Amino acid sequence: MRIVCPFCGERELGEFTYLGDAKPQRPTADASEDAVYDYVYLRDNVAGVMSENWYHGGGCRTWLKVTRNTLTHEISAVEPAAGTGARQVAK
Amino acid sequence: MMKYSIFSLARAALSGHKTWQPTWRDATPKDRYDVVIIGGGGHGLATAWFLASEFGIRNVAVLEKGWIGSGNAGRNTTIIRSNYGLPGNTGFYELSMKLWERMEQDLNYNAMVSQRGVLNLYHSDAQRDAFARRGNTMRINGIDAELLDQAALRKMLPFLNFDNARFPVQGGLLQRRGGTARHDAVVWGYAHAASALGVDIIQNCEVTGFVRDANGKVTGVETSRGRIGAGKVGMAVAGSSSRVAAMAGLRLPIESHVLQAFVSEAIKPLIPNVMTFGAGHFYVSQSDKGGLVFGGDIDGYNSYAQRGNLPVMEDVCEGGMALIPMIGRVRLLRQWGGIMDMSMDGSPIIDKSPVEGLYLNAGWCYGGFKATPGSGFVFAHLIARDETHKEAARFRLDRFRTGAMIDEKGQGAQPNLH
Repeated sequence: MRIVCPFCGERELGEFTYLGDAKPQRPTADASEDAVYDYVYLRDNVAGVMSENWYHGGGCRTWLKVTRNTLTHEISAVEPAAGTGARQVAK
Repeated sequence: MMKYSIFSLARAALSGHKTWQPTWRDATPKDRYDVVIIGGGGHGLATAWFLASEFGIRNVAVLEKGWIGSGNAGRNTTIIRSNYGLPGNTGFYELSMKLWERMEQDLNYNAMVSQRGVLNLYHSDAQRDAFARRGNTMRINGIDAELLDQAALRKMLPFLNFDNARFPVQGGLLQRRGGTARHDAVVWGYAHAASALGVDIIQNCEVTGFVRDANGKVTGVETSRGRIGAGKVGMAVAGSSSRVAAMAGLRLPIESHVLQAFVSEAIKPLIPNVMTFGAGHFYVSQSDKGGLVFGGDIDGYNSYAQRGNLPVMEDVCEGGMALIPMIGRVRLLRQWGGIMDMSMDGSPIIDKSPVEGLYLNAGWCYGGFKATPGSGFVFAHLIARDETHKEAARFRLDRFRTGAMIDEKGQGAQPNLH
């Protein structure tokens, strides 16, 4: 698997770190316990095309949103994950 | 069904080995069973056998999408052990270990269970202390464990890279009763014994949906070979648990990840036990054919592809080289991947599902093989009696909601780090 980073070009997988499914959104501070449980623990565990967060630690150190097929490992799109990236940096 | 013994072997030999019969019966589905088990791997077949032999339920079918043992039962590194440290795991895996020790007599099948010892190496004072604690936990629970120092290991395994500048081998925690078993024979053995008690093993039968009554109770399954009615349905499909559970409208605390395993070309006997490198992730044993069987971490990204990528392969081989430099001259023969049910705390789920009539056996991460007999026993107990076996009492589905996690590695809800 190789990922074409929008900033660095095509790079090998070893340069990247995986966070996971990009779909779950952190609930607001006053959200219910169910919403938090769902966000932290439950997963769609998609078999097919999934939007994911990857970190290019061995390159530009940018968070990326990668659209990838979990059945074939085929990558159809890579874009900067501005919001996610900014939140991760702020942690 | 054939009974195997020295006499059956001699008789078959005298007739030129032309009298052997199939070891289990390839069945066609009936309209209805008391219990239907989805998944013809080790766990599913073990469950069926325990249902028939221990709990008196013989009208049982095991449904397998492909052929039995074609999933993770045939893709693991064949290690058996019970060296766990946390309440919930310790007792369960020892139950499983005890069942491994009597499996071949129980099943009348040679599963090549070899108690050659499992050795976890430590490389620092802190790691020694952690291993000593784990060993003490095991011994308090009646499980064998020995903490060995470097001098003892130099006698046992003179070829280790003891004086590695970064990761010197200081010693190891040894469980002598641990070891390996022939993974395919485990599948065939359970199929052999279950089939003899009347269990129907149905291959090429993919479950495509659940049949529910007006109250939502599961009363059967839709399959590629037609509708099959069931009093109860148990799923043991680790790797695909989320996909099967989704057919019943459930979302699980599980992600599917790929784990690779490797075999080298065959060499003369070299590695006498199972050993793990404590400063990276590398574990190795030697098969009876002579190949070194080894593996390491999961690849780390969601996958259903049953194949991995090069960075992990490189990492695993580096771990091997750091520990046993001479294996650098051995050539890699084969490599493959299997799909793991990575749960949110690294421990399994054996519980009733929120859907009546549907029972869950899932979330084995990459530790399912050693659990095969124990998992089958407690899952059969749960299905037959509708109550959890005491050694599986903590493997609840709702532990993620209540906070009663069993997190051996202490990684939190990040499945690719367990």
